[in-house]
Amino acid sequence: MKLVSRKHTEKFTARFFKACGFGAGSVLIALSLMLVWNAAAFFIHVKPYDFVSKTQWDPTGSPSAYGMLSMLISTMLVAVGAMLIAIPLGIGTAAFLAEYAGRKLKNMLKPAIEMLAAIPSVAIGFLGIVVISPGLAGLTGRSNGLNALNGAILLSVMALPTIITVAQDAIDGIPISYKEASFGIGASRWQTLTQVTIPAAAPGILAAIMLGVGRAIGETMTVLMATGNAIALPHGFFDAVRTMTATIAIEMGEVPFQTTHYYALFSVAILLFIITLVINMIGEYFVGRFKKFEIR
Amino acid sequence: MQQPKLSARGISLWFGEKQVLKDIDIGFQDRQITALIGPSGCGKSTLLRCFNRMHDRTPGVRLSGHCYLDQEDIYAKSVFVAAIRRRIGMVFQKANPFAKSIYENINYGLKINGVQENQRHELIVQSLKESFLWDEVQHELHKPAAQLSGGQQQRLCIARAVALRPEVILMDEPCSALDPLSTAKIEELIKNLKADYTIVIVTHNMQQAQRIADNTVFMYMGRIIEADTTPNIFNNATNELTSSYVHGKFG
Repeated sequence: MKLVSRKHTEKFTARFFKACGFGAGSVLIALSLMLVWNAAAFFIHVKPYDFVSKTQWDPTGSPSAYGMLSMLISTMLVAVGAMLIAIPLGIGTAAFLAEYAGRKLKNMLKPAIEMLAAIPSVAIGFLGIVVISPGLAGLTGRSNGLNALNGAILLSVMALPTIITVAQDAIDGIPISYKEASFGIGASRWQTLTQVTIPAAAPGILAAIMLGVGRAIGETMTVLMATGNAIALPHGFFDAVRTMTATIAIEMGEVPFQTTHYYALFSVAILLFIITLVINMIGEYFVGRFKKFEIR
Repeated sequence: MQQPKLSARGISLWFGEKQVLKDIDIGFQDRQITALIGPSGCGKSTLLRCFNRMHDRTPGVRLSGHCYLDQEDIYAKSVFVAAIRRRIGMVFQKANPFAKSIYENINYGLKINGVQENQRHELIVQSLKESFLWDEVQHELHKPAAQLSGGQQQRLCIARAVALRPEVILMDEPCSALDPLSTAKIEELIKNLKADYTIVIVTHNMQQAQRIADNTVFMYMGRIIEADTTPNIFNNATNELTSSYVHGKFG
């Protein structure tokens, strides 16, 4: 009797998990299909090449213009800026925590950094408006500091917890025997860290960077609040920009259903999706290359 | 008896409150192989690691006494630890090549020790030959070391140590994770290296000690019980404990 009921439970759980798996998978597929469907409806009206190569975005004007190059470059500018700040800072912190910090300091710093990830993005955006913006305005002599650099700084703050935590786990995961081997042939701590430990931890560190990039490209609220929201081709970090995500968030609320403008926003979303996908694939490729050298 | 190449004088070592080495006095002769034997936890690996200051960075370790390489105090304040480690190489229990190519594994040590670039290639090739690895890897020097077999990886680790032309090579149970064939190869290699290097090897394998070691040191509970030539230790041990250990009565 008991055995039979156990068998039933077993069967039931197997089915349950199967259903979960298929459920999640079909949601993803349905979502992608919806994106593609709506984007296709847009590209009947506007040529894909015009969409990505023109800088004029004026969906409500007459005639309307759907060039999203300015947004694309704005997104890249903010994301690249954020990574320029976050990658060295993040990996440096991770290396410090993993290799140099004493146990006490580590136990204090680690929760503090993880807490950073829990701050809502609206709060960080607010910080950008009231703290960083006046600071940047003072530095540059402009009327306000709501620009690409502001967004990049905020995004780097948001990406840091992920980058630090994941990179530190990767560095911590390198067996002590690697380091001993390096010390054993007369290497210093610095040499060991930069030439043995970090290369060995490279797949994990790359994964950390990828997660950070993903965050920087996909983040909406913070950049919407802090970057000035001007749709124009930016000439540098001190120009106001409007990213792809911010555009979708701002315009989706007021766009009439099933108009070209409506479809255009879906096309922006799908382009965003493709960018993240490509970056992830590049990341995976390098992770794979490093993995070959990994010793198990 | 001539001056030992490497020696410990009155070495005691504590891990926190626990004393692991108790007043160790021992000398290792130049160009000889000395085996350190004894039951698990007797302190033989700990002693071995004292000689290239591997305990320096371990938290909670306290050490008293002196270690000498020739006449030089290894723990003297004026000594640069990297310089000592260049002269005293180490091979670990588990093969631990770096996550680099075969070539880079050896090149790294040469590079950080300031060997001129034009001399490195020669040294790499030579050390691979001395480690009996050359024939197997000469056509794939840039392959990841991770793709080598366990025995090959351990020979690469030996090559890495040998490439720096150290004076002493410390080996911490280098064959314990290997199959008998790979072990035989490494034993032959060790015997070959004796011509140029002073070798101290920790081993759990009594046959191995008898096969390769000129001298054997028996340790028990953090002390050296007996040190003598290998035949004497295994056949005419003066200490009761030694003879019962080498005859497998405990361990």
